[in-house]
Amino acid sequence: MIDFELEPQVLNQLKMYHMVSEQMMRPISRECDEHEHQKPTQFYDSMWAASAAASNIQIGHDKSKSTEAPKASAPRRATVLTVLSTEELCWGDAGLYLSTPNPGLGGAAVMAAGTPEQKEHFLKRFKEGKPKWGAMAITEPSFGSDSSAVATTATRDGDNWVLDGNKIFVTAGQMSAEKSEGFVVVWATVDKSAGRAGIKPFVVEHNTPGMTVTRVENKLGIRASDTAAITFDNCRIPLDSILGSAEVRKEGGFKDVMATFDATRPIVAAMALGVGRAALDFVRDFLKQENVPIRYGISQRRLTAVERDFMEMEAQLQAARLLTWRAAWMLDTGKRNSLEASMAKAKAGLAVTLITQKAVELLGPLGYSRKILVEKWMRDAKINDIFEGTQQINMIIIARRILNYSSKELN
Amino acid sequence: MIDFELSEEQQMIRDSVGAFARDEIRPAARPADESGAIPAPLVAKAWQFGFVSGAIPEKFGGGGDARSAVTGAIIAEELGFGDLSIAIHVLAPRLFAFPIVEMGTDDQRAKYLKRFAGADFAAATAAVMEPRFDYDLSALQVSAKRDGGGFVLNGGKCYVPLAAESEWMLVYAATDAAKGFAGVDGFIVPRGAAGVTISEREKNMGLKALATYEVTLKDCRVGADARVGGDKGIDFSRLMSQSRVALGALGVGVMNAAFEYARDYAKERKAFGVPIATKQAIAFILADMAIEIDAARLLVWEAAFKLDKGGDGLKESYLAKNYVAQSALKVTDNGVQVLGGHGYIREHPVEMWLRNARGFSAIDGIATV
Repeated sequence: MIDFELEPQVLNQLKMYHMVSEQMMRPISRECDEHEHQKPTQFYDSMWAASAAASNIQIGHDKSKSTEAPKASAPRRATVLTVLSTEELCWGDAGLYLSTPNPGLGGAAVMAAGTPEQKEHFLKRFKEGKPKWGAMAITEPSFGSDSSAVATTATRDGDNWVLDGNKIFVTAGQMSAEKSEGFVVVWATVDKSAGRAGIKPFVVEHNTPGMTVTRVENKLGIRASDTAAITFDNCRIPLDSILGSAEVRKEGGFKDVMATFDATRPIVAAMALGVGRAALDFVRDFLKQENVPIRYGISQRRLTAVERDFMEMEAQLQAARLLTWRAAWMLDTGKRNSLEASMAKAKAGLAVTLITQKAVELLGPLGYSRKILVEKWMRDAKINDIFEGTQQINMIIIARRILNYSSKELN
Repeated sequence: MIDFELSEEQQMIRDSVGAFARDEIRPAARPADESGAIPAPLVAKAWQFGFVSGAIPEKFGGGGDARSAVTGAIIAEELGFGDLSIAIHVLAPRLFAFPIVEMGTDDQRAKYLKRFAGADFAAATAAVMEPRFDYDLSALQVSAKRDGGGFVLNGGKCYVPLAAESEWMLVYAATDAAKGFAGVDGFIVPRGAAGVTISEREKNMGLKALATYEVTLKDCRVGADARVGGDKGIDFSRLMSQSRVALGALGVGVMNAAFEYARDYAKERKAFGVPIATKQAIAFILADMAIEIDAARLLVWEAAFKLDKGGDGLKESYLAKNYVAQSALKVTDNGVQVLGGHGYIREHPVEMWLRNARGFSAIDGIATV
């Protein structure tokens, strides 16, 4: 049955996340933006402790091995809950959200493609000791959206794989590769002649010789999150570092990357929602304080320009939110969601880019000032229309799906 | 708990109404647009679905179905996919019957509802809009003044569907202009009542198959029993939220019609030796249409859900309907654009959908769930 209501216990959980946003993120938001490469270690420690305390991290547990019978009546809803909490945390600060110590996209890849042993081995660290990060390295200097163009090589040499190549735009790459006991999942080709089928994910442990962080980028926004360039030069890793099979088949490998996107795009969409809502909430409070009314239900012809703009922002944000919830819900209920995940990502990325730009405009000189965070949210928002598949890549995916075209037919 | 699955019953309704819209309404749409007349057998067939009679209580011979705005939105979308004029025509009796089902007095229910439980289409309507550019639902200018035991109605209405053939019309008028929505009441005005003038049929850019009229009220006297809900009156704000959900859903149907047609055309039509859909310039337009349709539908469903949960749905339905008004225009315009010159020719339906879609920024209160 169609239902848009969140039950009390979920709302309570979200209140907790909201408190984290308000009390731990917002107070350091501006400082982390102004001092790009300075690490808010106290924030890391608090978040690490909080996630350990909540101990609701399922990662690392192989549920299939559990002796308990699965609860048939309780539907899976992990993605919906993740989407909700992500929005709440990115309402606090999207950059800090991305810099939070956790398995990140690297963890998602291990979960998606790893064996039960690999999951245990690589992910249990996130439940113990000091803060740690996981990262995923796909993009290279010579390609962005065309992830089939991976040029980094993985060569079998005795009991090792040897990685050679350059990766860029690795979110939390520095924290994962050098500044914690984390890891980086690297996509490399085992057979260049095999094209996409030869591309495989490898887990590289922190501080592995041959892996070097060569640069940490200076960015438009989400400055609290490090974006690293990493070089692999004769980087030797154990044979069992490969996620999934090393065998080159026509079907395989690359599909795993794509399957990861089905799960991560709704989450990126939710990040956008959080930033957009932050801006919208600010503008709403501001207008209220200035005694500018927002009158729902009156004639469209009697609305002021400010009312029209504000309502448009609200409707766009809610439209993006519902598309995001749907994509997450589909994943939870075992439905193929590539189309809907791309719709959510495309809509949310663009809508929130425009919402935050409009928020700066509506606030006039105040909006442009670094005294308040709205201009920062406009800068933060933009990344959501770019990473995890640009607006344009998502449009291509949507177009292929609705037209029933292959990537050869529509490119 | 968040769920996007239709119930089995809703899926069945969607499929059967959808098939009717595709197979029977759609072929009649263009001829009706050109001639201005909707074939009576089609209206009769639509009546058999029980869009009106289903919600009439059993004791008056109706189906006694519990009304659901979500289900209503699903039905409206399918009918709107078939044709907007025909959809509004076949749903029009709801405009009179449903407020009485929900908010009428026992006497009003007993007196009027039986008529809508029969086997034949019973024309009835409501007069909501007023012929001014800034007419406002929360500040109606048609007034109802107490006069002895009854009321006297004065003012002008427009876009009243089926006014000329309706047995009864529900006229919304301000009893207390200072109170906004809360100051509006609904009055039952029978055909031929003194002081009521129904104009020649209106001529509009779109919705050409839908017969709409201006209605002028000059010292039109009605009894106290004509006031829907008696002294309690009505919840006009809620009625208008229900209407916005219906219009929003109809708009999603129109969008979907334009999208499907343009998509299929783009896969067939070749330029430079390949289907134009294989070009990003066209493919991206279609992708954008698909996103906007789903976005609009979900906004409408959410507003409907709020109403079903007993909320007033004011904000949600207002934002959703306005979203549809904008996106339906954009999507149908894109439909014409994808077909290029052929889209401009009346041989294809996309130009009709563009004209119909433009209407959503003008119309209020002429459909309900």
